[in-house]
Amino acid sequence: MSDLESFRAETREWLEANCPPEMREAVRDEGDVYWGGRNAKFKNDAQKAWFEACRDKGYTVPEWPKEYGGAGLNPAEGKILRQEMARIGARPPLSSFGIWMLGPALLHFGTEGQKQRFLNEIANGEIRWCQGYSEPGSGSDLVSMQTFGEDKGDHWIVNGQKIWTSYADEADWIFCLVRTDKQNKYQGITFMLFDMAGEGVSTKPIKLISGNSPFCETFFDDVKVPKSYGEDIPAYVGEINRGWDVAKYLLGHEREMISGAGGGDRTAAIGAAMKRNAGELDPVLRAELAQFDVDALSYAAMGEKFLDELKVGKAHPAQPNMMKYVGTELNKRRHELMMAAGGSRALEWESEETSGGKPSRNWLRTKANSIEGGTSEVMLNVISKRILDLPGA
Amino acid sequence: MPLYYDEDQAMLAESAQQFMAEEGAIAKQLRHWRDRDCKDGFGHGLWKQFAEMGFTGMLVDEDDGGLGMGHVEAGIVLEQIGRNLTPSPFLSSSVLAATALKHGSDDVRGRWLPGLIEGEKVYSVAIDEGAKHRPETIACKAEKSGNGFRLSGKKDFVVYGASSEMIVVAARTSGSDSDADGITLFAVPQDASGMSHDSVRLVDSSMASHVTFDGVELDGDAVIGEVDGGREVLNAMLMAGRVGAAAEGVGVAQGAMDMTVDYLKQRKQFGKLIGEFQALQHRAAHLYSEVEIARAVTIKAAQLLDGGSEKADLMASVAKAKVAKAAGLAVKEGVQMHGGIGMTDEYDIGLYMKRDRALQEFLGDQYYHAGRVAEMSGY
Repeated sequence: MSDLESFRAETREWLEANCPPEMREAVRDEGDVYWGGRNAKFKNDAQKAWFEACRDKGYTVPEWPKEYGGAGLNPAEGKILRQEMARIGARPPLSSFGIWMLGPALLHFGTEGQKQRFLNEIANGEIRWCQGYSEPGSGSDLVSMQTFGEDKGDHWIVNGQKIWTSYADEADWIFCLVRTDKQNKYQGITFMLFDMAGEGVSTKPIKLISGNSPFCETFFDDVKVPKSYGEDIPAYVGEINRGWDVAKYLLGHEREMISGAGGGDRTAAIGAAMKRNAGELDPVLRAELAQFDVDALSYAAMGEKFLDELKVGKAHPAQPNMMKYVGTELNKRRHELMMAAGGSRALEWESEETSGGKPSRNWLRTKANSIEGGTSEVMLNVISKRILDLPGA
Repeated sequence: MPLYYDEDQAMLAESAQQFMAEEGAIAKQLRHWRDRDCKDGFGHGLWKQFAEMGFTGMLVDEDDGGLGMGHVEAGIVLEQIGRNLTPSPFLSSSVLAATALKHGSDDVRGRWLPGLIEGEKVYSVAIDEGAKHRPETIACKAEKSGNGFRLSGKKDFVVYGASSEMIVVAARTSGSDSDADGITLFAVPQDASGMSHDSVRLVDSSMASHVTFDGVELDGDAVIGEVDGGREVLNAMLMAGRVGAAAEGVGVAQGAMDMTVDYLKQRKQFGKLIGEFQALQHRAAHLYSEVEIARAVTIKAAQLLDGGSEKADLMASVAKAKVAKAAGLAVKEGVQMHGGIGMTDEYDIGLYMKRDRALQEFLGDQYYHAGRVAEMSGY
């Protein structure tokens, strides 16, 4: 048996022993997702047991090095673990912006001291992070952001406002773009890390068309941010005034995450499930579903190819933009079709049968997919310039 | 298995790309034969060169003198064929007929494979009966006759049929027209008496036959595989052919897209390169995405087929449908973005549009395959 085959066999056995049956069911609502953090509560014992088993094994972040809380898996092993988890429908043991976004940035740009502290806290689910990027006047044109940190020697005094901060009201810390040089547009931004419990930080949830409030406005009113949290633990990633490099690197990861390239619901075919729910499908709807399934199954293959290439450095650096564009447009189409197949039942906003209006609320939520993390139009701009090398600004 | 080419496959891709760009180029092959009104529609010299490159027998088992490669490798060659619009019997002979012959007896393989591997012979397949691909229904009949069979009926869209030394024919040996069972495959030699070709040129300048079998007497040793058990062989052929056609379609899409993106960087209007206009940039970027995805799903389907996966049939249909959509978009956007010059015969972009049209139809169009995906998925 090859090393990989025996790894697969061991993984299968480990999952069998450690993944409770409840954790193999599809995620139904927000409570089924475990985000970690200081105030985290487990929904049930199964969620707790599954999280702890993965944490102890390094499987909350399987491909991170062991010294930072991961399991040190190589890309081939990581793929096998994903496949085996998908095979039994295992839920992710821990979800967080620390895993998806800050972690990769720290692995790339962080000091040893930052990695030791922050990566372990993320892997162990101790600290829940949020991301402070967009501002009311800076959406697609992110680099125009104005939140300012005044240099006071050993600390900054930060003033300004962020918007669309996902789960800011539940986060412990924020990784935040702060302008530290007003004269220099691109090289005047610092990628700061600070505690949301600090004085002067406040959040206000934004109610969306879905009726839910996953995003916040975040206000900074004379927030004191020390420049260092101890030896070799600066309060910023990369260099002062060079935070845009980190932000751009991280946007790639954000786009990869939103793209759903890793599989799961975002890449699944839906026709068969729609037929089961609806009983009978209108022939034209059936045809649309078939076209959708062709696109979704094709996109799943693209996701697999993209991740395989990414792991070995073969992917074009701008490819996450393409994945994000296609993945989010596909997801919007998926929910349009699910609403159509669901009929009047899918319109219900609060009923028990729809778990509180899940079909319609989810449908509305997907409309943000092609806006957040860079709009589809911005993605197409980036593909034109960086991949197709088309001329013009 | 990662979803990208391994080292050997990358080397094959490089040599196939170089070879096809030089020897299979549009001016050297497609236009050359078309403008001479060649009755074959392809060059036998190039077919010999394919043999020298090892392409002709790449899917044939090593024990039979081939290279024993898989559909990922065949797809690599086909993508380059598509990119250069190289007219060749590769898909019909080296993919479809070769897949059928794998199921043949020692005698059948010994009779037909050497000529294929050497590039001496060309084979085609006769599946369709009518203008649309409906292989679920086969009416063409082969009745017992002495030690052999008597073949009667008609077949359509037999690509390069009139130039072929042998045609693999799917015929009914028992049951009714739409039965899954009762199919037998036959290797029908060119000189079989009672077989006639009505050979027509298609929109893409390839040649295809309407073939009539008027009581064609066949020896028992013309049978490929089991009598009445041909559906399995036919399905294997169809999967291989669909994945192969998808790979060729990816090449057509890529070729059309490359030409078009180049054109956007050269053509000036309103004092600007037209590629500076966001209205065109976004369409080009969308097209790029679709072509990338079409390639990914085609390689995936080929890997599944090579691995003997039970998902291969579904993914072959997904790939064929997706490539049809992506390549269709590539050629339509290609002609539109080229503007008036795209409508001229002198410019190659229109040739891509024509080839795409024929390739879309071959072994089932996107509507057929999307419908098949729905059926196989249970709705």
